[in-house]
Amino acid sequence: MAAVPGAAGTLSAADILSSTLYTQPYDRQLRLWGATGQIALENSHILLINSGPGVVGLETLKNLVLPGAGNFTIQDSAVVDEADLGINFFLEESHLGGFRAEHTCNLLKELNPDVQGNFITEPVESWLSQADALKPYTLILATAPIRPELLTKLTAHADQALVPLFYVHSVGFYSHFSVHLPPAFPIVDTHPSPETTADLRLLKPWPELLEYAKEKTKDMENMAADDHGHIPYIAILLHCLEEWKKEHNGEAPKNYKDKTAFRDLVKKATQTDNPEGGEENFEEAVSAVLKSLNPPEPSSTVKDIFKAPECVIIRENSAPFWVIAHAIGLFYTKYGVLPVPGAVPDMKARSADYIQLQNVYKSKARKDLAEVLESVRFLERNANMSTHIEEKDVEAFCKNAAHIKLVRGRPFHIVPAEGDLKFGSNAKSLAQKLTFPDALIPIYIAFLAWDKFTATHTLDGLAGAPRPPGSSDAEVESDTEKVTSIALKLIDSLVKEAKYTIDEEEYDTIRTQIGELAQELVRAGGGELHNIGALTGGIVSQEVIKVITEQYVPVDNTCVFDGVRSKSSVFKV
Amino acid sequence: MAAADIAFLPNGSEGTRARWKYLDKVLDRPGPFTDPDSFVPGNHETLERAKVLGAGGLGCEILKNLALSGFKDIHVIDMDTIDVSNLNRQFLFRAADVGKYKAEVAAAFVEKRVKGVQITPYCGKIQDKDEEYYKQFALIVCGLDSIEARRWINSMLVGMVDGNDPDSLKPLIDGGTEGFKGQARVIFPTMTSCIECQLDMHAPRAAVPLCTLATIPRQPQHCIEWAHIIAWEEERKEITLDTDDPEHITWLFQKASKRAEEFNIPGVTYSMTQGVVKNIIPAIASTNAIVAASCCNEAFKLLTNANPFLGFPGTDNYMMYTGDESVYTYTFEHQKKDDCPVCGEEALARPLEIDPEATLQEFVDSLAERPEAQLKTPSIRTTEKSLYIQSAADYERMTRPNLEKKMKDLTAEGEEMLVSDKAFPTMFKYVVVWKR
Ligand SMILES: [Zn+2]
Repeated sequence: MAAVPGAAGTLSAADILSSTLYTQPYDRQLRLWGATGQIALENSHILLINSGPGVVGLETLKNLVLPGAGNFTIQDSAVVDEADLGINFFLEESHLGGFRAEHTCNLLKELNPDVQGNFITEPVESWLSQADALKPYTLILATAPIRPELLTKLTAHADQALVPLFYVHSVGFYSHFSVHLPPAFPIVDTHPSPETTADLRLLKPWPELLEYAKEKTKDMENMAADDHGHIPYIAILLHCLEEWKKEHNGEAPKNYKDKTAFRDLVKKATQTDNPEGGEENFEEAVSAVLKSLNPPEPSSTVKDIFKAPECVIIRENSAPFWVIAHAIGLFYTKYGVLPVPGAVPDMKARSADYIQLQNVYKSKARKDLAEVLESVRFLERNANMSTHIEEKDVEAFCKNAAHIKLVRGRPFHIVPAEGDLKFGSNAKSLAQKLTFPDALIPIYIAFLAWDKFTATHTLDGLAGAPRPPGSSDAEVESDTEKVTSIALKLIDSLVKEAKYTIDEEEYDTIRTQIGELAQELVRAGGGELHNIGALTGGIVSQEVIKVITEQYVPVDNTCVFDGVRSKSSVFKV
Repeated sequence: MAAADIAFLPNGSEGTRARWKYLDKVLDRPGPFTDPDSFVPGNHETLERAKVLGAGGLGCEILKNLALSGFKDIHVIDMDTIDVSNLNRQFLFRAADVGKYKAEVAAAFVEKRVKGVQITPYCGKIQDKDEEYYKQFALIVCGLDSIEARRWINSMLVGMVDGNDPDSLKPLIDGGTEGFKGQARVIFPTMTSCIECQLDMHAPRAAVPLCTLATIPRQPQHCIEWAHIIAWEEERKEITLDTDDPEHITWLFQKASKRAEEFNIPGVTYSMTQGVVKNIIPAIASTNAIVAASCCNEAFKLLTNANPFLGFPGTDNYMMYTGDESVYTYTFEHQKKDDCPVCGEEALARPLEIDPEATLQEFVDSLAERPEAQLKTPSIRTTEKSLYIQSAADYERMTRPNLEKKMKDLTAEGEEMLVSDKAFPTMFKYVVVWKR
């Protein structure tokens, strides 16, 4: 794709025309994920295995076709009926009796001429039995209801081909999705909020930075007022730190009490005999004391990444992330800090002084990068790698090293038609959160029960088609009882598996709650509400974008939305 | 089922509700959380008769959602025409529609797609319409782009409330997005916290001081703002800046680049120039979908009572959504403010700290940045005299000399000060407190 021109004022009119023609429709989103994210999106091929009323899957796709996800395929063997027209925006009256996959695919394609759309109308059972049926796809979305054995098949593929798999429910006012990511899903570009990214190293300054501070604060007390009012606050803090250390055995302020005392020291250095009655740069220095005077210690998340098995041993086929992480781990072992990211926040200062300060940080960042890069090259040689990691990738990693994330993808629960569900290693934390009002675990359990009911009931006349609870008015009450009893059994086995004890009173509360949730789910009769489908499609598409672009932080690994109370919750299953 | 048999029946007519099979499940069956006193099973008429209004940048999603929630009489207001940069999320528009009115294209599209719904477009500003117009709606769902428009509709709806006429109370459901974040809120004018009560939740970004732009730029954005505010005025005053004209943006970009080069500041790009000058907020289809659907879900619940809705006095009325780090929602009750200048019980004067040495001009500028006021064209009166009036050209000329005077010479501590803005039918009441 055409990059946005960046050279200083040197582009021709033709350059602008060609670049804006391409980027203009995507202008608002390129500001979120940049050219690399857009390329990843364009290279993706998303498969939607659609079922039920089919709204949530199509609304998800809509939000992916619009920003230019390159390819999509809809598998759906349903035939368009009257009920589809009252809920699905990508169907028209003339499509009645036709294949839903074909018509929804065509209307979605209209949204963006750059996107390729395909459809498959063969029933999912026989289609999935073909070898390599799933091979072309880089990401899979499956919507409920789907037979447990087919979902198991998809999970096996996700495991083996390292393809992200989403499983989505939208029933009445409730929705849920779980995502099965590869076992190691690392993210470098997490887009941390700007307030958390300034890493100024005031407590671990290097000689050039100290030199700079010394130069800018030389004879500070006797400076002309205008000069004094333009000393960059970083220089002020470093100067005051040196003063402080003289009085405190060479130690920097350590605890809150020290820091407030230090802050008063900085405040006292402010000149107030001017018309403003103070100085903006000193105000900046004072307000930076508490947040900038922390030792630059990496978070436990980052240190855990250094200890991950993939990071410890680099092999010929190690992913670039691990090679760079290993190299930065070596840097950390040697110096006790991460490479300097090099960004300097804006501050009151003269242009030249500020740019000089930027260069002090930039040069240090370059020096640290060079050292990391050297380790990367060494590791590559040692492991006999045939390709070189690009320097710009190492640079991006160094810049955001303090904010990298690793998500350990894992399979989600599939309730078998026969036999019991094993909740697995997260049973304990799920059981503990059962009674948390904001955790919404009971809604998740109710969905599992809904799955079990649907897997074990079929619609009359339609051979083998799953019957969701509440499809007919006559059965609402009995279906509610059945779903409730399945859900209660699930809770019992969860609590048992987790070896967790809930006192009887709390247990009663959960039972009542489960009964209500089952009733609300059965009320919908397997139907979707367009609003909840659209809302959930919005959330799932955000997650798909995060996973495809490998930017921002995805849900790990389950999310529930409660449209009755307008609340959501994320937890690990 | 035989599709051909029913395809000829008008949608929603007696005899077939086949199309609304899924919707009718929650309209016909009570749930465990429905209020038996207000929910009437089988009531389809309320939805079909309710006249609702949708407006703003989330309009595409709102119209689609309302139409597929069973609403039949939908009105839409939008003054904008379609721009290329809308196509990545506003799915009712195609490249061939660029330049046409959004409201018209959107209305025609949804009417064609969802049979039986009537959508009435108005291509213009919400401010063009009066009380009579807004009175006809059961509720208003808006995802307006500007805070000014939000504040206007808010004070209009608060002002319409007549204690003796329950029908004069029009719930306002408002949504907004930025990047992966957004919010949806429900307001019962005069009864619950209003847009003005919540204004400080959307504080404006602090402006860069003019002296930084003029003498000590440090960031690429400073160079762009310099080109935008200073260089254009100096060199191309006779031409009105059109931020959609590539030639104008190119001129600013080149000016900014040159200045950046002089000060050794890296990083000025064409895209950044456009972003700074147009104040572009990143926007994607996904977030618009989440927020608009949340608004319409609340609208649906509010009119049908199919489940409890946000905004009932004493309950949650605000949902905040954040999607950039995992998914996080925060749903809470924003409290109504007693001293809210729009909906406060007795519009109490609030204390306002003023620097006695500041000029009136500086004070006027500061009002734009105060989170609870955010007034760009304020007029200021004290109980004694008019300090600065911008609502009419004559008054403006008469009061302009005051701008250079110091606040201590214009007012006194403890004096009541009235601030209004021609953009909103609201009066801010303050008591002067000297800043020490
Ligand atoms: Zn208010």
